[in-house]
Amino acid sequence: MIRVGLIVVLVAVFAAVVGPTLTPYDPAAQELARRLEGPSLAHPFGLDELGRDILSRLLSGARISLLVGLAVVSVSSFFGMFLGSIAGYFGGVVDDAVSRVVDVLMAFPGILLAIALVAVLGPSLTNVVLALSIIGWVGYARLVRSQALRAREFEFVQAARALGAGAPRILVRHVLPTALPAVVVQATLGMAGAIIAEASLSFLGLGVQPPTPSWGTMLDAGRSHLFDAPHLTIFPGLAIAILVLGFNFLGDGLRDRVDPKLAR
Amino acid sequence: MLRYLIRRLLLTIPVLLGVATLVFALIHLVPGDPAQSMLGEGASSEEVAQLRHSLGLDRPLLTQYRTFMVGLVKGDLGLSFRYGTPVTREIRDRLFRTMQLAVAAMGVAILIAIPLGIAAAVFRGTAIDHAAMTLALAGISMPNFWLGPLLAILFAVYLGWLPVSGTGGPANLVLPAVTLGAALAAILARMTRASLLEELRELYVLAARARGLSRLRAVVRHAFRNSLIPVVTIIGLQFGAVLTGTIITETIFAWPGVGRLLIQAINFRDYPLVQGCILFISLTYVMMNLITDLTYGILDPRIRYD
Repeated sequence: MIRVGLIVVLVAVFAAVVGPTLTPYDPAAQELARRLEGPSLAHPFGLDELGRDILSRLLSGARISLLVGLAVVSVSSFFGMFLGSIAGYFGGVVDDAVSRVVDVLMAFPGILLAIALVAVLGPSLTNVVLALSIIGWVGYARLVRSQALRAREFEFVQAARALGAGAPRILVRHVLPTALPAVVVQATLGMAGAIIAEASLSFLGLGVQPPTPSWGTMLDAGRSHLFDAPHLTIFPGLAIAILVLGFNFLGDGLRDRVDPKLAR
Repeated sequence: MLRYLIRRLLLTIPVLLGVATLVFALIHLVPGDPAQSMLGEGASSEEVAQLRHSLGLDRPLLTQYRTFMVGLVKGDLGLSFRYGTPVTREIRDRLFRTMQLAVAAMGVAILIAIPLGIAAAVFRGTAIDHAAMTLALAGISMPNFWLGPLLAILFAVYLGWLPVSGTGGPANLVLPAVTLGAALAAILARMTRASLLEELRELYVLAARARGLSRLRAVVRHAFRNSLIPVVTIIGLQFGAVLTGTIITETIFAWPGVGRLLIQAINFRDYPLVQGCILFISLTYVMMNLITDLTYGILDPRIRYD
C-alpha cells in the first residue's frame, strides 16, 4: 500500500514539475473553433469549453494542487506543533487558552470555516492557503499537545531540565522529536485533505480564479457541459481522486509503520 | 446520568459562545468596508453610510456584539441584504429541503454500509471482503463534487433514468442523496467491519456459538448490537460532514436548501445571510455531537455516566 501511494505521489510530483514543459500546448492557448472536442490522439483528454488542451491544463493544475497542499501542510504543521508543544509542556493557562481555541475551531464541521473565511476575505490562492491553514493547525496541535504531555514526564526530558536546559531547547531537541513520526503521518494525510479542500473551494468559485488552471475550477466548468462534453468532468475528477488516494495510501502505510498496533 | 447530562450541557456553552463570537467576527474580517463591498464600487457615500447604519456597523464593536448575541438568543439574525427579509426566515424556508437531503443521504449510507460491513466481517479475507473494502476505499477517495456530476452523466444523460436537478418528486432526491451519502457509506462500512471483527473475538460470541447458535445468529443477535456503538458514534459525528456536504451537493443539483443559499449569499456578498447560514450549520453540528454523546448509554448498558 505504502509503495503504491509513494509511486502515485512521485509520478504526480514529476508530472507537476516536468509535465508542463513536455506537452506541446500552452495551457492557456485557446482554439475556439475546436471547443469541447472529445479525446483524440493530438489531445488525449480532449479540449475544454474555450478549446484549451485539457491534459496541459491538468498538468499545470497539478502544480497548484500540490503547492496548495504543501503550503497548507507546512504552515499548519508549524503553528500546530508550536502551539501544541507549549500547551502540552507548560500546561496551566497556556494549555487552557490553546485548548479552548482548539475546541471552538473543532466545533466547525469540515471546511465550513474555510468557506466562511474565503467568502469574507475574497477568493484567491493566498486566501485559500490562509483559510485552510487556520483550520488545519488544530489537528497538529492536538496531536503534539498529547505527545508533549507524555514527553515532559520522560526521564530524559527531566534529565535535560535538571542539567539546566531551557524550555525552548527541551521542546525542540527532546519533546518535538518524539511527536515527529505522528506529525509526518498527519501531514501526509493532510496533503490529501488540503488537495480536496482546495478543489472544493475552487469548484464553488471560492478558490483559484480563472484563467489559472485548477482541478476544482476545471470541474466547475465541466458542470455546464455534462450533456455535450462529459470529458470536461471525467478527467479532472479522476486526477483528484488518484492523487488523493495516493496520499491516503502513503499516509495509512506510514501510520502502520509508525504504530504497528494500528496495522490491520 | 443527570449529572453527566448537566455537565455535558454546561461544557457545550463555551463552545457555542466561541462559535457565535467567531461568526460575529467574520463580517469584521472583510477587507475594507463591508458595506462598500456589498454595494460595489459604484455606490455613493450616502448609500454606503445608510447601509452601514442599517447593518449597525457604525456603532461601537461591543454594542454590535451585544446586539448580535441578544438577537441570536431571540432567534433574530438580522435582515438579508439581498432579500430584505429576516435571515432566520430565509434559512427556515430552506431548512426542510436540507434536512430531507441530509436524512436521505444518511439513509442511503446506512442501507449500503451496514450490510456491506457485516458481509466483509463475516467473510473476512475472502473475495467478498476485498470487493466490499475496495468499494469503500473508492467511496472515500471520490470527492462528491466529482461523484455527483459522474452519476448525473450516467443516470441522467446516458440512461435517462433520473432527473439531473430540481425538486419535482422523489426521483429528484436519488442522485443528490447517493452523492452525499457515498463517502459516509464508505466510512461506515469500514467501521462496521472493524467493529464487528472486534466483537466476534469476544468470549460471549464464543459462548453463544458453544450454546449451539448458528454463526449468523451469533452475529446478528449478539455481536452486531455491541458493534453498533462506534458505528452510531460515527453516524452522529459524521452528521456535520453530511451537513457541510450539502453545500456542494445542493450546488451541483440545484437543490434549494441552506447549503445553496450560503453559496448564493456569498456570491451576492450578503454577509448577514452568510453569517446566518454558517451559524446555523455549525450550531446544528455542535448539537448533533452533544446528542451523539448522550446516545451512547442507550445502546451500551456497559457505559455508565457517573
